[in-house]
Amino acid sequence: MSSSYLVLPVLIPLLAGALSLLFWRSHTAQRWLGVMATGALLWTAVLLLLLTWREGIQVVEIGNWPAPFGIVLVSDLLGAIMVVLTGITGFATALYSLTSIPKQHEKYGYYPLLHLLLAGVCGAFLTGDIFNLYVWFEVMLVASFALIILGGERAQMEGAIKYVTLNLFSSALFLSAIGLLYGLVGSLNMADVADKLSQLSGEERGLVSVISLLFLVAFGIKAAAFPLFFWLPASYHTPQVAVSAIFAGLLTKVGVYVLFRFYTLIFIDDTDLTHTILLWMGILTMLVGVLGAAAQFEFRRILSFHIVSQIGYMILGLAIFTPLALVGGVFYIMHHIIVKANLFLVSGLVYRLRGSYQLKDLGGLYRSHPWLALLFLIPALSLAGLPPLSGFFAKFVIIRAGIEAEQWLAVAVALLVGFLTLYSMIKIWNEVFWKAVPEGASCTPRIYHPQSEKLGMYYLPIIGLATMTVLIGIAAQPIYELAEAAAAQLLDPRLYIDAVLGERP
Amino acid sequence: MEVVMAVVVGILYATALYMMLRRSIIKLVIGLVLLSNAANLLLFTAGGLTSGAPALIPEGMSALPPGAVADPLTQALILTAIVISFGVLAFAVVLIHRAYEVVQQDDMDEMKDTDR
Repeated sequence: MSSSYLVLPVLIPLLAGALSLLFWRSHTAQRWLGVMATGALLWTAVLLLLLTWREGIQVVEIGNWPAPFGIVLVSDLLGAIMVVLTGITGFATALYSLTSIPKQHEKYGYYPLLHLLLAGVCGAFLTGDIFNLYVWFEVMLVASFALIILGGERAQMEGAIKYVTLNLFSSALFLSAIGLLYGLVGSLNMADVADKLSQLSGEERGLVSVISLLFLVAFGIKAAAFPLFFWLPASYHTPQVAVSAIFAGLLTKVGVYVLFRFYTLIFIDDTDLTHTILLWMGILTMLVGVLGAAAQFEFRRILSFHIVSQIGYMILGLAIFTPLALVGGVFYIMHHIIVKANLFLVSGLVYRLRGSYQLKDLGGLYRSHPWLALLFLIPALSLAGLPPLSGFFAKFVIIRAGIEAEQWLAVAVALLVGFLTLYSMIKIWNEVFWKAVPEGASCTPRIYHPQSEKLGMYYLPIIGLATMTVLIGIAAQPIYELAEAAAAQLLDPRLYIDAVLGERP
Repeated sequence: MEVVMAVVVGILYATALYMMLRRSIIKLVIGLVLLSNAANLLLFTAGGLTSGAPALIPEGMSALPPGAVADPLTQALILTAIVISFGVLAFAVVLIHRAYEVVQQDDMDEMKDTDR
């Protein structure tokens, strides 16, 4: 029965998307179908993680074609963790969408697109074939293209052109790299490629480095790493906030996940070159992202720049490439997806209450909504890395790994960026919650569903995600052990190769 | 043959990048079209070119004829990639049309509201 657990995370969102299309006119049915399907996705994802935890790497050969020839779905601990995080973000977003998505957007197919996006993301996390990965990337991209322009406002159009162009460019680079890799080793199964690359002769090593850098640029664009991140702050603040939240939580992390997969499994022979470049990318991404955020005065734009900055920490964990650093990287991804999605959801609730994202127009929310202020502080301080919240342990592990590897510059920048993140979060706290309501500010709540005045469906996912943030912080030990086991699997590529291709003498 | 294809692919990449760097959004999309074709041709060439030998087992035989035959996998990959790029480029064309209607500009330099 293990095979069904691997297929279901892809199948459930695809089926739910098709069903949503059948209920095209009934928005109520689509809404609750969204909640149920993402809930089911989360449930199967947790079962998949438990199965992978107990019994090791799970493999399914699709259509029973044997491994290097057919497409395989593979779930190691990192992949399973990512699918669980997809389930969490998807479920939270579906609940939040119940009352926050305007009727007009539902009419133009918001829910089918959301399911398609989740199917693409889960497929990318589970596939063991490089070309199949490209196909899942495109599934995810097409859905995200349509979601980002739902509404058709001017800012969305301008943002979408940049988003679409740079993502298509990165897809073309990805495809070129696939072509060259196939020409070199004659296979696209990740385990088979890794196996064959390790047996190549000296002459072809140079070409491997070129291909690995081509992949690095392609996924660097997807992951929004320096200097390839400019599309992200130009577009992520334009769509509906539920869409922003799921983009912020998941899409760039797909790029980071693939970087983790490729640079621990496939391109590990020339770490002097690739991981040094990754190290500098990580350092500069952290620094430039946080400095960009310091210059912004719009709620969601500040958060967008912080996505870039946080990506830097994850890449740093990969680049240092010691067991502890990889643990830190995996832990950071888990913490970041939950916290970042939550911050966007909070910004959407503030917009619902006050009708603005501009910090200068906001204020006084601590007086009127003290609980909301608390719910903002939990993810905000976690993002900055204050104990005992989840971000503290994530940063602590990465910085400790940096010290042990004697990467002093990276450690210094990571600490500095932590301070600057705190500055940014305190800026939002002061402007939005603490200061008095500015004079002449128009306070016009945005209500999309007049029949449901209640804010319960806004608060529910925010409270859930904030609770998780606190729990990851308080009960860090089991999460750390999970990250440790995932990193141990990443560091031993033979485990993955043997699981896919079978034991060989 | 490989050399000719390599030159063609190189020219396509160069033209695509040049078009994408222009300010007009129409030229941007033309650049994207050329770029996806360039990537497909590169995939095709890198998989190895074989002329006049399809990967089909002739009637009455149970194995491929000896000698080099074309690699069916690259052809399958390109077919998939062509369909995907057709879909996303159709989206991109509609997007620039809508963007032109909304912004009333086809100059990328004027589309900087979101960067301020």
